[in-house]
Amino acid sequence: MLWNTVLLALREIRRNVMRSFLTILGIVIGVGAVITMVTIGGGATLQVKQQISSMGSNMLMVSPGKRLGPGQSSGNVPFKEADAEAISREVGSIAAVAPVSSQSSQAIFGNQNWTTQVTGSNNQYFYVTNRTVAAGRQFSESELRAGAAVCIIGETVRKKLFGGQDALGEKIRLQKLSCEVIGLLEGKGQSSMGMDQDDVVVIPLRTLQRRVTGKQDIGMIQVSVQQGASTDKALKDIAKLMRERRHLAPSDDDNFNVMDMKEISKMLTGTTELLTALLSAVAAVSLLVGGIGIMNIMLVSVTERTREIGVRLAIGAMEREVLMQFLVEAVVLSSLGGIIGIMLALAASIWLAGLLRVPFVFNGPIVFVAFLFSAAVGMIFGYFPALKAARLDPIEALRHE
Amino acid sequence: MHVEGATQAPLIVFSGVTKVYGKGNATVEALRGIDLCIEEGEFVAIMGPSGSGKSTCMNILGCLDTPTGGTYMFRDVDVGTLTRNQRALLRRHYQGFIFQGYNLLSRTSALENVELPLLYRGAGVRERREHAMKALETVGLKGWESHTPSELSGGQQQRVAIARAIVTNPAVLLADEPTGNLDTARSREIMDVLTALNSDDGITIVMITHEPDMAVYAKRQVHFLDGMVVSDKPNGGKE
Repeated sequence: MLWNTVLLALREIRRNVMRSFLTILGIVIGVGAVITMVTIGGGATLQVKQQISSMGSNMLMVSPGKRLGPGQSSGNVPFKEADAEAISREVGSIAAVAPVSSQSSQAIFGNQNWTTQVTGSNNQYFYVTNRTVAAGRQFSESELRAGAAVCIIGETVRKKLFGGQDALGEKIRLQKLSCEVIGLLEGKGQSSMGMDQDDVVVIPLRTLQRRVTGKQDIGMIQVSVQQGASTDKALKDIAKLMRERRHLAPSDDDNFNVMDMKEISKMLTGTTELLTALLSAVAAVSLLVGGIGIMNIMLVSVTERTREIGVRLAIGAMEREVLMQFLVEAVVLSSLGGIIGIMLALAASIWLAGLLRVPFVFNGPIVFVAFLFSAAVGMIFGYFPALKAARLDPIEALRHE
Repeated sequence: MHVEGATQAPLIVFSGVTKVYGKGNATVEALRGIDLCIEEGEFVAIMGPSGSGKSTCMNILGCLDTPTGGTYMFRDVDVGTLTRNQRALLRRHYQGFIFQGYNLLSRTSALENVELPLLYRGAGVRERREHAMKALETVGLKGWESHTPSELSGGQQQRVAIARAIVTNPAVLLADEPTGNLDTARSREIMDVLTALNSDDGITIVMITHEPDMAVYAKRQVHFLDGMVVSDKPNGGKE
């Protein structure tokens, strides 16, 4: 009987193709939008995560300033290089420590110039940030100690300044400093925040301090914990050490900030996820609107088919059979809308993923849930019209013009 | 709830059936004590002017309505005690309806229209098709199965409606002015079909009509006036 009812409903839908299509358009758009939003959002989140893991999975970032919330800080008692040295000396299971200081500066070669980020650090910087020197060499001990005028440049800087030319051994000018290119970094591509990670010039920390910024401060310390060791423990140890070195009383709050990848990842993916949730919520509203559209058309349909309902009741249809017929019709309609919506969403997601350069991640559960939801919308909004049909008095219904 | 036709009890027994519409001072007495007995195999024409109560009587006969007073026994079952669903089942299994306005489903083929009652009986696809084809053949519409009502003439539409009513082999066929919308020639065709169903297949027929020309096809004529039976006599058959 149920299968017959479904067939009957399909027949009814076929009798009125244009109207049926318009009726389910709201559901199609609702389901389509929700799935597209969630799929693209999921892809973006995955991309952020991938990039974070490419930064090095067991990295800790130690930065000065009081902590206010994820990624925010205020107040500034800067670190010195000695702090970095203390960490590598006194905290266990540390693989590498890189004091990092950066300044924006123009890089000039010949008649080419390019504004880039000049970063002062040591060789451990490459390990900590998961970069490799693709050509040339790293800094030598004596260069680091003496603050020599040497630099290792990122792929973007090389392209902008040298184009097709060989960069190794050439001298570029950073403000008043003229330094020799001794190495080229391997390209890393765009970061999750849309920053070009290859737009960088790395020089020895001491060179930066003495000849570019003129200050002994360092911006932050990046730490890499040994593979397999607990980052939590390292994080706590570093915090304890820093409190000692900064002479904080037990009642004082930290005036520095140690973040691990979990937190950094939370900070970066949080925005993406919030945005996805918001957009999906907006899209879900159109599902509700679609449901109201179905109720509207079903009510019209019941009125139009009053005589038909009368005939059905007269030839022996029971109340619940008429109820079922209209309910099934509404559910079949809305599920059909759901299926079309899912197909459109998958097509749109693949297309948008290509356009926005995020990976396409098929999200099975959301497709399933969206389908169930569309069927439920039909059930909920079809119930009232169906009940109205079932409760009709057959004599009145047969007399209806 | 049913007794098989082997018994000699009449198919339909009305005893003192009354029907009152409305409440208080605005009441209308549509039926004022009807006594009527219809045996299996009869062909009864119910006649009377508008407002005489014949339509109300038909609605009660068809279990679409219940009497206010008196009892209506259908095959020894007191219809007045049945629930709405039980009455629906009674209609489904024992009664066939023909209306003045045909009441076919539009944009639905003749075959699908005729299959409809079988659908509610839960018959399989093959059984439905087979029975519906046979019923259409009985009313002389072989070859018209795939036509929709809008592609059929009024007489043909009424014949589809008859096929729909007889496809379940009902105990009684209730026809409410079946020729009311048709010209004389078409009306006669319809009456011939009904007469044949009654005489060849033994289907009991109760038909409302206000055309004496059509009433003569029946074996018995019952006249209504102001909610009462004023005459009830066998027909001499058609001249």
